[in-house]
Amino acid sequence: METVYLLIVLAPLVAAAIAGLAGKVVGRTGAHTVTILGVGLAFVLSLIVAWDVFITGADVFNGTVYTWAVAGDLAMEIGFLIDPLSAMMMVVVTFVSLMVHVYTIGYMHGDPGYQRFFSYISLFTFAMLMLVMSNNFLQLFFGWEAVGLVSYLLIGFWYKRPTAIFANLKAFLVNRVGDFGFILGISAVLMYTGSLDYYTVFGQAEGMQSETINIWGDAQWSLLTVACILLFIGAMGKSAQVPLHVWLPDSMEGPTPISALIHAATMVTAGIFMVARMSPLFEYSTAALSFVLVIGATTAFFMGLLGLVQNDIKRVVAYSTLSQLGYMTVALGASAYAAGVFHLMTHAFFKALLFLAAGSVIIGMHHVQDMRRMGGLRRYMPITYWTCLIGSLALIGFPGMSGYFSKDALIEAVHAAELPGAGYAYWCVLLGVFVTALYTFRMFFMVFHGPERFDDETRSHLHESPWVVTVPLVLLAIPSVVIGWLTIGPLLFGGAFGDAIFVLPENDTLATVAGYFTSPAGFVAHGFMTPALYLAGAGVLVAWFLYIRRPELPERIQDRLEPVHRVLVAKYYFDDVNEKVLAAGSRFLGGALWRGGDQGIIDGVLVNGSARAMGHIAGIVRRAQTGFLHHYAFVMIIGLALLLGWLLLR
Amino acid sequence: MEANFPLLSVLIWLPVVGGLAVLIADALARKGVLPGGGDRWLALLVAVVTFVLSIPLWTGFERGTAAMQFVEQVAWIDMLNSQYLLGVDGFSMPLILLTTFITPLVVIAGWTSVKERPAQYFAAFLILEGLMIGVFSALDGLLFYVFWEAMLIPMFLIIGIWGGKRRVYATLKFFLYTFLGSVLMLVALIYLYLQAGSYAILDFHGLPLTITQQTWIFLAMLIAFAVKVPMWPVHTWLPDAHVEAPTGGSVVLAAIMLKMGGYGFVRFSLPITPDASMALDWLLIGLSLIAVVYIGFVALVQSDMKKLIAYSSIAHMGFVTLGFFIIFGIMNNTGSTQGAALALQGAMVQMISHGLISGALFLCVGVMYDRLHSREISAYGGVANTMPKFAAFMVLFAMANAGLPGTSGFVGEFFVILAAFQANFWYALLAATTLILGAAYTLWLVKRVIFGEIANEGVAGLKDINAREFGLLAVLAFGVLLLGVWPAPLVEVMNASIEALLEHVSVSRL
Repeated sequence: METVYLLIVLAPLVAAAIAGLAGKVVGRTGAHTVTILGVGLAFVLSLIVAWDVFITGADVFNGTVYTWAVAGDLAMEIGFLIDPLSAMMMVVVTFVSLMVHVYTIGYMHGDPGYQRFFSYISLFTFAMLMLVMSNNFLQLFFGWEAVGLVSYLLIGFWYKRPTAIFANLKAFLVNRVGDFGFILGISAVLMYTGSLDYYTVFGQAEGMQSETINIWGDAQWSLLTVACILLFIGAMGKSAQVPLHVWLPDSMEGPTPISALIHAATMVTAGIFMVARMSPLFEYSTAALSFVLVIGATTAFFMGLLGLVQNDIKRVVAYSTLSQLGYMTVALGASAYAAGVFHLMTHAFFKALLFLAAGSVIIGMHHVQDMRRMGGLRRYMPITYWTCLIGSLALIGFPGMSGYFSKDALIEAVHAAELPGAGYAYWCVLLGVFVTALYTFRMFFMVFHGPERFDDETRSHLHESPWVVTVPLVLLAIPSVVIGWLTIGPLLFGGAFGDAIFVLPENDTLATVAGYFTSPAGFVAHGFMTPALYLAGAGVLVAWFLYIRRPELPERIQDRLEPVHRVLVAKYYFDDVNEKVLAAGSRFLGGALWRGGDQGIIDGVLVNGSARAMGHIAGIVRRAQTGFLHHYAFVMIIGLALLLGWLLLR
Repeated sequence: MEANFPLLSVLIWLPVVGGLAVLIADALARKGVLPGGGDRWLALLVAVVTFVLSIPLWTGFERGTAAMQFVEQVAWIDMLNSQYLLGVDGFSMPLILLTTFITPLVVIAGWTSVKERPAQYFAAFLILEGLMIGVFSALDGLLFYVFWEAMLIPMFLIIGIWGGKRRVYATLKFFLYTFLGSVLMLVALIYLYLQAGSYAILDFHGLPLTITQQTWIFLAMLIAFAVKVPMWPVHTWLPDAHVEAPTGGSVVLAAIMLKMGGYGFVRFSLPITPDASMALDWLLIGLSLIAVVYIGFVALVQSDMKKLIAYSSIAHMGFVTLGFFIIFGIMNNTGSTQGAALALQGAMVQMISHGLISGALFLCVGVMYDRLHSREISAYGGVANTMPKFAAFMVLFAMANAGLPGTSGFVGEFFVILAAFQANFWYALLAATTLILGAAYTLWLVKRVIFGEIANEGVAGLKDINAREFGLLAVLAFGVLLLGVWPAPLVEVMNASIEALLEHVSVSRL
């Protein structure tokens, strides 16, 4: 199997190299053929691996590919850990990536950077696979930063646009703030375990509970809490949790296929995956779990609210992604790692679907993204319409759809949690359900129903997208409907994750949920006794009332609630603070240090002062000599002679 | 281990003699004895042969021992008991290879862009190469000092003759700084000679010096090495020197000459004055962290590309000195040498890596400067539109400079941050700010220069890199990626020397 694992990561890498370095030689067709073959191969092999892991029940594979470096007696290796968690992630990543590759043929048709784009998304697939298949912190960090690099390149894909190159710099820097914490977290882990290998580290987690670290004054902090929170700061960057979420909405400047692949389905879930992978560490720190829970809950609810005031179709989906990432994070905080990862999987399918559907709409509208200039598209784009409806229903948790199972399970788990902050988190995720349904169907109605708000010119060329676009939509719609029903049993309650996810018995909130889980159908029936379902229904109804029945109402509400609206439109002022305080402050500080410190004190007083003094002395000797350079040499020799003489004769 | 073949001598003197040969060939060409224009080919031949000859240093180097290898010993100045003593260990061997690797690239980089007195230009670089190899291989204090000082002359000429408008100011500043440092180092060397009765550096290592003696020696040498690294606050010569130097001068300065300072610390300060190093480690750590943070902010606001990269160099070299001086804290905290070994490894790998990356970045600026004759960021914008191949290289090297895993820039910083945590949480925290600051100043530069709409007619008329420039950057890109993906071979050759040094410093001289 080792060869298979290697092939899975190398196929997309080689394809990316061919499309990127020999783009002119292989041409457009060559570029998409080779990358689709590469990712397709990775997908098929991932399915085989998943079969091997889940159905055949193969042992966990934990092996080294090569030794990266050995410093002292610390061996740092590149290697794979193939267990149920990574196997599931591999299938999700390669499947969505394959769909996006096919879709891109249609979406990027005619773009001058066609080959470059295929090269990047294939490279991304490689990096993401390295991340999820890693068996150690070094490779995890490599994959972590490499997906960040590709994200940077892809957000700035249209590098002539000022907004795009602003957004990609912002995305990279905000992620680096997260990585700053992440690398310190890894440092803490290394210091106390002497290893970067997952299993070696996890094996010592229990013993690390009693370790403390002295950070400030005499206060002793629990090492595990510090390490886990630092690691989680990395996850906050990558998975866009408040306050490091600011980059994700701006990342919509990139082409839509990558919004689907990177900024919805896979890369942004890396943080969720990472925390689930580190469950043996997080489990021993209640404080860290509580922190995760509160951050996730805040993101889930408050970012959802922002989705209500967006008019750009992609930004609505982007804020929805932020909010759903918050849901996953809440599940992690409640020790329901399996539920978080389960929601990650269902979300990958339906959110990729929603993004690609949005992209299909954007193609149809000739790159108009403002929903106020859409409406009534149902008649022109039937396949997009129906698949988008499926995606929307899955997102709001319509009974029986994949999103229903994952979201309901995690809400129930949060309800069962007893950590500090769990009450707040429960209310956030519960009210978030209403908000989710409201913004989702606001978008859905504004785009596909109601009067047509575009001109005849647009109408004349409005039609359904080509098959390379619609086939991926249909193929993503299928798991969006059924995957929850099919997998909730084994994944959440059947122990399919095995030892990959570790939960202490006293934290096991999913066990409570398991108490009333009999079958998928029974779980649906149980849903009718919980508030979440009714909140979702209410959200859809309100959306219908406001945007179909009484379309003049939203504006009146907006006027009435002007202060609230202003705060929401300003996105809680995060961007303003970042740009006007942090970024401008850094530039000011840099300028002050440079002009004041370097030029003022060091150069102005010390260096040029000594130079003047030196020049003054040299000026006396100048009469006897010619060029000034010789003077210094002369002074130096005399000085040395004197020193030597003194040292030898004293 | 005495060498059968004087390989190190050949590596030192071949480029020096070759440089003189270039000058003679040029003089003969002027008189019409020889056909003209052959000087650069001769220079390239010498540089490439030197590089090829240096490969056996790598292949024939015995891993697993900290003993000096390829040793050559000849009596030199009997009266002072000073010898012509050469040899390399895990610290110096990679630096020599870096030197022989970079020099041919510098010759190729100046191939067409140096219009004025090209023969002298190439000769200066060859002679400089030989002298720098001399610094890295000398095991006699006096010999070391001779190379150390002699090396300044060609660099001084390179900036002074082929430099920009303010070259006189820059050379004067460069000279003043290094002069001050060197003189104090000579005093320290003479003092050590009086104590040891010989100039052999390895004899210095065994001297039982009191803490007072160690402190004075440490401080005297500190100034010499800190100026070279350069460490804050004796760093202000570097941005000026870089700005005024021709491209090749900047490359050699950043890639190799700055490493002299770092090398000095591991060859002299740490082994000769371990107790003073430990007592004063707070000072060096403080200055290193200032370099990382303070200089990071300063780099952010530069409007001149070369200045920005120069400041970036100072910040990155901060990791080298940080790695060297956190070892005491780590050994004290953890009671083992593992974390300290990681720190030293990180510092050493950072030196090699920075040599490749900063060299590449200065070459990139040179490529643009050759075309538009401006170093100002504001003179560019949207270069990717007209120079896509160049843009790809520039982004790669920028990412390497920002320490992206998979490039060499990551390895050293990663090691040092991991190790710094074991000395003190705050050291690691401040060092890790480079993840943000380094990315900020480097990628902001890329954003303004490479991306965006075509900013002006100059950029619109740019021609993408030619085969020569492509080859140069491709070679460096290969090195940067190889070292990032598989640093094990480099780390391996240093391991034994690092272990030995740690064992050496952990035993007090007092």
